Amino acid sequence: MHSDTTSLPRRRITLSPPGVVFAVIGLAALFVPIVTFKPNRIVPGDGVWITTAYDGVAGWLIVAILALLFLTGALKSLPPAVRIVAALAGLLGTIVILGHVATSLIADSARGARVSPAAGLWCMLAAYLLAAVDVLNRLELSLRARWMVLAGTVIVVVLVFASGYLANVSVMMEYAGRQAGFNAAFRQHLVLAFGSLGIALVIGFPIGVLLFQVNGLRRPVLGALNLMQTVPSLALFGIMIPIFGWIAMNVPMAAKLGVAGIGIFPALVALLFYSLLPVVSNTLVGLTGVAPEVGEAARGMGMTNAQVLARVQIPLALPVVLTAIRIVLVQNIGLAVIAGLIGGGGFGTFVFQGLNQSAMDLILLGTLPTIALALVAGTTLDLLVDALNTSPRKRSAS
Amino acid sequence: MVGRFLLIVLTLGLCTFVVRPEMFEAVFQPFTQNDAPAIYTQTSLLRLTLSHLALVACAVLASTIIAVALGILVTREFGREFLPLARTIASVGQTIPPVAVLALSVPMMGFGAAPTLLALFLYGLLPIFENTVTGLTNLPPNVIEAARGVGLIRRQRLWSVELPLAFPMILAGIRLSTVISLATATIGSTIAAPTLGEVIIAGLLTSNSAYVLQGGLVVGLIAIIIYEVFSSLEHSAARRLGFQMDA
Repeated sequence: MHSDTTSLPRRRITLSPPGVVFAVIGLAALFVPIVTFKPNRIVPGDGVWITTAYDGVAGWLIVAILALLFLTGALKSLPPAVRIVAALAGLLGTIVILGHVATSLIADSARGARVSPAAGLWCMLAAYLLAAVDVLNRLELSLRARWMVLAGTVIVVVLVFASGYLANVSVMMEYAGRQAGFNAAFRQHLVLAFGSLGIALVIGFPIGVLLFQVNGLRRPVLGALNLMQTVPSLALFGIMIPIFGWIAMNVPMAAKLGVAGIGIFPALVALLFYSLLPVVSNTLVGLTGVAPEVGEAARGMGMTNAQVLARVQIPLALPVVLTAIRIVLVQNIGLAVIAGLIGGGGFGTFVFQGLNQSAMDLILLGTLPTIALALVAGTTLDLLVDALNTSPRKRSAS
Repeated sequence: MVGRFLLIVLTLGLCTFVVRPEMFEAVFQPFTQNDAPAIYTQTSLLRLTLSHLALVACAVLASTIIAVALGILVTREFGREFLPLARTIASVGQTIPPVAVLALSVPMMGFGAAPTLLALFLYGLLPIFENTVTGLTNLPPNVIEAARGVGLIRRQRLWSVELPLAFPMILAGIRLSTVISLATATIGSTIAAPTLGEVIIAGLLTSNSAYVLQGGLVVGLIAIIIYEVFSSLEHSAARRLGFQMDA
């Protein structure tokens, strides 16, 4: 961080190269339309600049403040806290401008008008965000501080959306029109991602333990699961439909048990197939990674083989299994989008509907929550893995 | 994993099917209903396969060039400042689903092959970049020391020591990108890119399981063959360097 600048005179100004890149992106974005105004949902709209949204001096003052915040983030000689606060202020400021511009434009126009975020706004948000992340990255925060950053981010994002301040932005208008559908899609998406993960753990964990014990099974089983992983998602999802349709029609009890060729079932099974490889192979890797001396010591204390497995080896393998859960969850949140294409529900429904109607707001309504969900799940599990990896190591000093 | 012989058989079978799908009509007939056609004929399978592969090849080639160049830049002296951030972007970026990248490139590029290419290129950057950086930063220090000792200048060290040592790792990144791109290109046909996904989607829309199966089969086989070829390339590259690679 500062170690390389300490030899320099105190007041000397130094720049952070990544910060300069973001500042340049951000400054350029100030002169690109921040929102697009459309008289209705489908037609292409007109760009609105900060300087056209706010007349005269006010507009230029806002541009100057935003530019100053970008430059502050790039100054390496400033304390990290100041740079982070500047970047966060820029982020919030950009959001405030978006809400304010959207509300005032909508108030002045006919019903059905839409205001959607444009390139300039996305670039400004990205530049401030990256500047903040770059500073945070160099601070080497403790685990606890990282949990707090995650929680804080989630809370702020939820508050911004829940406040209704952005209600006049096109994506939120789309949301308002489909609130019930959105909630259902959210539920289905969670069921798809977490449900398949749960089933994969129930099936995959015992298989992993079995492979650990029966050496000869490893190659064929892992090979088969690896092949499954390679098959592109649309192909696998598609193939599930005829297979389960056939089973539901021809196997007497199947339909009663909920097996069907359409709906959530084939999607869930396809996701399950993708989830098995990480769970099985990581269980195996975790178990083989436990030092043999540990098992021998336990046996020496009079434990049976089953006890050694259940009380010593499996608990020690858990951090690696948790890594598998991270991989599977993030992967499934993304793949669950494909379910929308085969009638399996989830956010993919909006994505593909939006693509069909070339309605950008609908595409965003499907993709933004999916990305947010994947990021939160990924970060949370990263932190959990770190927590598990640091605490037992301290205790056993391995 | 599959064995070289099986791989050759699979490749031959795939080629035959793609060139002369009508030979396999009897195989797919049981999956159709109401006398629907068993073989997709709207566009020739061969043409779809070739454009699918071309799309993936272009995207992966472009991602490889850019990602390896960026990977080299951030691991040099002058690019070190960017390394932690670039790492974060690469790992966080891979959390974003490829489908989302595909959907978001539509408004920028319209429909067709262009947005698919852009999405494949953007997403393909991440695994290759991450692996290039990992490969270039985890070099055995004694080898680098030795390279310096025999008087190689920086550029020589990069080209004749560091890059060859990182090569198996970079290749693994390219494999990952290729497999993801193959799958994402399939979904690209929902935005009118000419890929094999077209066959699957046509099957889904007309409830013709035979279409779904043959589309899925061709894409799946291509993915498996490419995966295997890359894996054996990685193994031989690693063996040439005297590394032991797992799995």
